[in-house]
Amino acid sequence: MKTVSFFSTCLTDTVLPDVSRDSVLLLEKLGCRVVFNPKQTCCGQPLANSGFQQKAKKAMELQMEALLEDEADYVVCPSGSCTLQVKEYPNFFEDQPDLLEKAERLSEKIYELTDFIVNILQQTDLSASLKAKAAYHPSCHMTRLLDVKEPPLALLKQVAGLELVDFKGQDKCCGFGGTFSVKLGPLSGAMAAEKVENIREAGAEYLIGADAGCLMNLQGVIERRGYPIKVRHIAQVLMAS
Amino acid sequence: MTIKTSDLPLKERLQKELGNPQMRKAIANAQDLLNGKREAAFEELGDFEQWRETAGTIRSHVLENLDYYLTQFADKASAAGAQVYFAEDASQAAGYGLEILQKRKAVKAVKSKSMVTEEIGLNEMLEEAGIEVIETDLGEYLLQIDDHDKPSHIVVPALHKNRDHFRRVLAEKKGYKGDNVPENMTRFVRQLIRKEFLEADVGITGCNFAVAETGTVTLVTNEGNGRFVTTAPKTQVVFLGMERIVPTFAELDIIFSMLARSAVGAKLTSYMSLMTGPKAPEDKDGPEELHIIIVDNGRSRVLESDFREVLRCIRCGTCMLECPAYRHISGHGYGTLYPGPLGLALVPVLAGYDDYKEITKICSLCGACNEVCPVKIPLYEFIFEHRRIIAEEGNLTPAGEKILMGRYGDVIGSSALYGLATKAARFSSFAPKVGPLKQWSIDRDLPKIPKTRFRDWFAARKKNGGVK
Repeated sequence: MKTVSFFSTCLTDTVLPDVSRDSVLLLEKLGCRVVFNPKQTCCGQPLANSGFQQKAKKAMELQMEALLEDEADYVVCPSGSCTLQVKEYPNFFEDQPDLLEKAERLSEKIYELTDFIVNILQQTDLSASLKAKAAYHPSCHMTRLLDVKEPPLALLKQVAGLELVDFKGQDKCCGFGGTFSVKLGPLSGAMAAEKVENIREAGAEYLIGADAGCLMNLQGVIERRGYPIKVRHIAQVLMAS
Repeated sequence: MTIKTSDLPLKERLQKELGNPQMRKAIANAQDLLNGKREAAFEELGDFEQWRETAGTIRSHVLENLDYYLTQFADKASAAGAQVYFAEDASQAAGYGLEILQKRKAVKAVKSKSMVTEEIGLNEMLEEAGIEVIETDLGEYLLQIDDHDKPSHIVVPALHKNRDHFRRVLAEKKGYKGDNVPENMTRFVRQLIRKEFLEADVGITGCNFAVAETGTVTLVTNEGNGRFVTTAPKTQVVFLGMERIVPTFAELDIIFSMLARSAVGAKLTSYMSLMTGPKAPEDKDGPEELHIIIVDNGRSRVLESDFREVLRCIRCGTCMLECPAYRHISGHGYGTLYPGPLGLALVPVLAGYDDYKEITKICSLCGACNEVCPVKIPLYEFIFEHRRIIAEEGNLTPAGEKILMGRYGDVIGSSALYGLATKAARFSSFAPKVGPLKQWSIDRDLPKIPKTRFRDWFAARKKNGGVK
C-alpha cells in the first residue's frame, strides 16, 4: 500500500475544503493510505510571485518539514500551480546545502493529483459518472510549466455520461495569477470574463479544472453574471457517481 | 516619441484601455488571426523547438561576442563606403541624424517603420528643426495623420484601430471620399505617399539585422515602402539597434525565416532590402550617401546585466500577440514603446526601474510567451526576477508593502498563526469590500468561506476512527 502525504494547499483547506476532502477520498478509494500533516500551511507562491522570495522562504521551510515528516512514499497535491511551486523549491535554496537537500527530496516526491493517479497509480477508469456537457480549463502552471497535460483528460474521458466540449481560447490564462488578481483586479477580471463567456458560448453546463485558484476566479465571474454553470474541481467529478 | 509613451499612473492607464471596447475587439481579432497564421507557418517549417533553439543560439552567440561583430560590421560597412557612427544615448543618436539632414539642407524626409527611431525621439527632433518627416508604412502613416497617435504593437502599429476609424481619419485629414475597403484606402494612401518619396531629400530607415561579414544593412517590409525609401532619396540614414547583428548571411537566413513566420505568419516578407554601402558608380539607383548610426541607449547596460539574453529579441511581436493581458489593454496599456512580455523583461533594465517597475505587474505568469518566442528568451523567468529585485533590492518597494508582505510571510511561515488566521477567516463572510479584495470584487463575487476547514474535517474523521 502506498502512503501519501496530502498537501491540501491553503486555498482548498479554507475556501474549497470539499476539493481536498474528495481528493483524499479518491486516493483512499484507489488504495492509498493518506496522511495529513497539520503543520502545513501555504506553499509560499503568492509571496514568491510578487517578488518577496526571502519572505516566502519561512513558509517553504515549513512545508518541507510538514510534508517530509511522515516519510510517506509520495506527496500529492490537488493543484497544479502549488505543486509547481513546491517542485521549484530547490531554486530558492541553492546556497543552503542542508535545506537544498530537503527541497530536492520534496521536489521529487510531490505529484499533482491527476498526474499521480494516471502515472503512478496507473489508473484511469475510476467508475465515476456525471451526465453533463462540461468544459475543461487546462490551467497554465499545470500544463505549461509542470507539463501535466494529458492526465486530467485521460481521467475525464472515462467518466460515464460526461461530454467534454472545446471552447474558444481554451488554453488561454483565466486571469487569476494569484496576487495579480487583486493587484490589477479590473484587468484580471476582464481576462476571466472573456474565458467565462467562451465557456458559456460552448454550451457547457459544468466547468471543470484542476486548480482551485482558477476555478475560484472563474466562479466569481459566473456568479456575478448569474450564469447557470456549475464549477467543479476534477477530484469532485471523479468522486461523483 | 521616446521609450515612455504615457505619464498616466498604471491603474488609470489600464482603466482607460479596458474602457475601449473597439480597441479590445480589434486586438482580440488580430491576435486570433495572426496567431493562427503563425502556427500554420511554423507547422510547415517542421520542428519548431529545434528551429528556435538554433535561432536562440545564434542570437546568444552574437551577444556574447558583440564587440567583435560590431567592429567587424563597422569596418566592412566603412570599407563599402558607408559612414558609421556610434551613439551612446537617444539624444546623441537623434542629434547625429539631425546633423546629417541639416548638412544636406533637407526639408523633407521619408521614413520606413522603425522602433529604434521612435525610441530615440527622432521625428520630434527633426520636426522641431523644421524638417517634415513622412512615415511611409501604411499603419504608421495612418497613425501619424491621426494626430500622431502612438503605435500599440511593434510590428503592426495600428493594431488597436479598425478600418472605419481610418476611413474617417482619411476623409477628415486628406479628403478621402471612398469606402472603408482596405484595398481602396491603401490605393488612396499609396498615391499620396508616392509623391513624397520623389520629393524627399533624405530616406530614413531602421535596420532589422546588420550582417557583420559584409557590412550589409537589411530591411524587411511587406509594403515595398522600405525599398522606395532606400532607393529614391540621395541621402540615406540608417538607425541600427546595437544588438541587431548577425555574423553572416547564413544566420540571416535563419533569423529572417523565424521573423517573418513569427511576426505575420509568412514564409518571407514581400520585400527584403539589402544595402552594402551607397550607390556604386555602375549601379542604376540607390543613395549617394549612406550613414549608419548604431544606437546604444541603454543596451550596454542590458548586456552587462543578468538580463542580457533579452537582447536576443528579433522584434517579431509574437509574445504580445500571445499575451492574454496585452489582449485587453493593447500596447498603450504599458505606457512604453516596447509592450507585452518583451517590454516587461526589457524596459525596466533598458530604461530603469524608477519609471518602469510598475509594468512588471502586468503579467499573470501564465508562461504563454515562453512557448512561442522564436529565439527562446526566458521571458517568464526575467519578469519573475524583476519582481524579486523590485521587492528585495534597494528602495523600490514602499516600506508599508514590505511590512505587510513580511506579516503575511510570518503567518504562512507558522502553523500556529496560520491556524488562527484561517479560523478567523471563517467568520469574515461579510466579504471585505476594502483593501485588495475590493480589486477582486469589481467584476467577480468573492467565494463564501465554509465554516469547516478541510483540516478540521480530516482531524474529526481521524478522531472518529478514520473512515468518512
